Amino acid sequence: MAGKKYNTPLIDDLEKGPWPSFVTEMKKAAKKSEMSNDALGHLEKCYATKKGYWKHGGIVGVLGYGGGVIGRYSELGDEFPGVAHFHTVRINQPSAFFYTGKALKEICDIWDKYGSGLTNVHGSTGDLVLLGTKTEHLENIFAEYSSRGWDLGGSGSALRTPSCCVGPARCEWSNYDTLDLTYNLTQEFQDELHRPSFSYKFKIKSSGCACDCVAALARADLSIIGTWKGDIKIDQAEVKNYAKTMDIKAEIVDMCPTQCISYDGKEMKINNKECSRCMHCITKMTKALRPSGERGATLCMGSKAPIVVGSLLSWVIVPFIKLEAPYTELKDLLRKIWDWWDENGKPRERIGEVIEIKGMRSFLEAIGVAPQPQQVKEPRKDPFMFYTDEDMAGFKAKEAEEKKTGKYKF
Amino acid sequence: MAIPQRKTDVGPPHYKQFLPPVIQKNYGKWKYHEVINPGTMVHVGESGDKLWTVRVASPRILATDTIREQCDIAEKYCDGYLRYTTRNNVEFLVSDEKKLEPLKKELTAKGFKMGGIGYGITNVVHTQGWVHCHGACTDASGLVKAMMDELYEYFDSKRLPNKVRLAVACCVNMCGAVHCSDIAVVAVHTKVPQINHETFKNMCELPTVIGSCPTRAISPDPAKKSIKINAEKCMYCGNCFTVCPPISIKDPERDGVAIVVGGKINSLRTNPKFSKLVIPYISNVPPRWPKVVAAIKHIVEVYAKNAKKHERIGEWIERIGWERFFSLANIDFTFQSIDDFTFMRDTMRTASTFKWS
Repeated sequence: MAGKKYNTPLIDDLEKGPWPSFVTEMKKAAKKSEMSNDALGHLEKCYATKKGYWKHGGIVGVLGYGGGVIGRYSELGDEFPGVAHFHTVRINQPSAFFYTGKALKEICDIWDKYGSGLTNVHGSTGDLVLLGTKTEHLENIFAEYSSRGWDLGGSGSALRTPSCCVGPARCEWSNYDTLDLTYNLTQEFQDELHRPSFSYKFKIKSSGCACDCVAALARADLSIIGTWKGDIKIDQAEVKNYAKTMDIKAEIVDMCPTQCISYDGKEMKINNKECSRCMHCITKMTKALRPSGERGATLCMGSKAPIVVGSLLSWVIVPFIKLEAPYTELKDLLRKIWDWWDENGKPRERIGEVIEIKGMRSFLEAIGVAPQPQQVKEPRKDPFMFYTDEDMAGFKAKEAEEKKTGKYKF
Repeated sequence: MAIPQRKTDVGPPHYKQFLPPVIQKNYGKWKYHEVINPGTMVHVGESGDKLWTVRVASPRILATDTIREQCDIAEKYCDGYLRYTTRNNVEFLVSDEKKLEPLKKELTAKGFKMGGIGYGITNVVHTQGWVHCHGACTDASGLVKAMMDELYEYFDSKRLPNKVRLAVACCVNMCGAVHCSDIAVVAVHTKVPQINHETFKNMCELPTVIGSCPTRAISPDPAKKSIKINAEKCMYCGNCFTVCPPISIKDPERDGVAIVVGGKINSLRTNPKFSKLVIPYISNVPPRWPKVVAAIKHIVEVYAKNAKKHERIGEWIERIGWERFFSLANIDFTFQSIDDFTFMRDTMRTASTFKWS
């Protein structure tokens, strides 16, 4: 490429050392692309001045979609014309990030034709991110990808591209089919994903167990965490094998948060009724221990990063739900959730924040979920509570019943 | 060549076409797995089938030519199949043990770095930074590169009491799960934003800007048809800047990073936790941020020396107490570590039962 050769001593330093270098990647792309070449010069300037030069995203996109492309322009377009426009295109990744070489190479070929040749594999939300193209290429990029079976991911105030852990594809701990659920929900809610109609972003992440390898509980508005209802089955012969290399008392029994495991040097026992299914023992003794019985998930909601009013971790909403195709119960629930959010949320309010403002009761009643002790760490501490007329009627009816039966019912 | 006909709402391709045959056969029927070394693990199915995974580091920003190189390797040893992890590593999947050593040999020869599995440090979740974000107060990719060069032995060989999950956020927006990491770097602005009153009235919506402020520091300035920011209330979050371009918050001399520790995502043993602020400010010193890197390495080493096996950083600190952590790590305790935003009630101590250091 006959582009301008930039002197980049600061970022060149980041080509040294054992960890793979993003600067090396940018230079590789710069050999083929004027845009990436200017991105290098642009980044060196950021390093030299300790300041970023990207402007706020403009509204760019493809016809009929309201998201999937994030406009990016530089303040220094005259100095670095290759990055004057440097838009991001989000490609919806396949469930659990599995690819074939053939498919990925095709993605690369199209990207080299229209863009900078730089990517993020993957972005934080899960999309395969193509970094840096110009407005006039967007329709062609979309036609090339969509005609080959790839679609754009979500952006803006919309359903964001759902993502999941590796699940049953390569993990013995998954309690439901995270890949299938993610694919199914993504297909079901294409309109919500491509045409922003929410108050703010809405993320769905699916983890097969409490290890939560997609960090659903920390960053998804709907965090789906796999769990089970039966006993942990014990293979005592394998327990004996573990005992050869592991201090079972110190590493398993003493570290169990509910103290429901005992081990007498020969046999391991689990008081399953007390188990809270945290996965510690199972992950450390995977050959000896496995869950059994009914499988499904706990639905938690509300997590987000600090903007605007502080970070949240997701709250338990539905302690247990079966998750089997076509996932009708979950989809119906999601529609109710979005309806309530739509009624109550102001612009840029994530659903967790709206639940805080409007109250968990309002939310649970709207989506038809009963109050349950599994939803709270502890009951409320203050006495400032609402009593509706219906609540009072219920309490009075219970007392009337007690008078008849002569037995208190608390 | 003609542009093909576009399609809309096709969604992602079905994942099944990308699953290697051994996975299709053993889908949902895996029995157990073993970590052979930090770069290799093997999953064993109830059928007895085995699947080896070789994990390789990635800088997340990849040139298409590097992806092609990864694909070539997958085609040579893995029947063309490969996958990526949520922390941006590449995984090569081998069902024929005979191909395992040749695969690793070629990866080594080509300069790919294997590791990241088990009780060590794997790839760092991070944001775009100066490379591609408008709100960045630092460069995430550069920080990650500098950190991982220094911590590399924990990726490919040296072990820790448990895994240590690292993350870098280039502003408090924290794209990605930065706020629940064992150690995270969070870039911060430290100065009240400047307002360009001339352009404000044409470019910004007054109620939106006022509503964007989490501390209610913004009020209307009717004379200027603009806004005022109360410096005593502003916490420099930058949310007003995000909704209104004439507000500027970047300041090369004041922008820097804070370090938070003790978060986790999983529910093993203890519940998921947020990371907590321990170092409030370190200046941006590109290209390698030496003090930030030194601080992270120091915290990792103090943890390695003092934690019990299987304890994550947050679990270890909760056992010994935060006051002990600050003294063990020899970190100054500052006002910034006392919450004065939304979590004060939850985080102040309400008993006289603490340790003196």
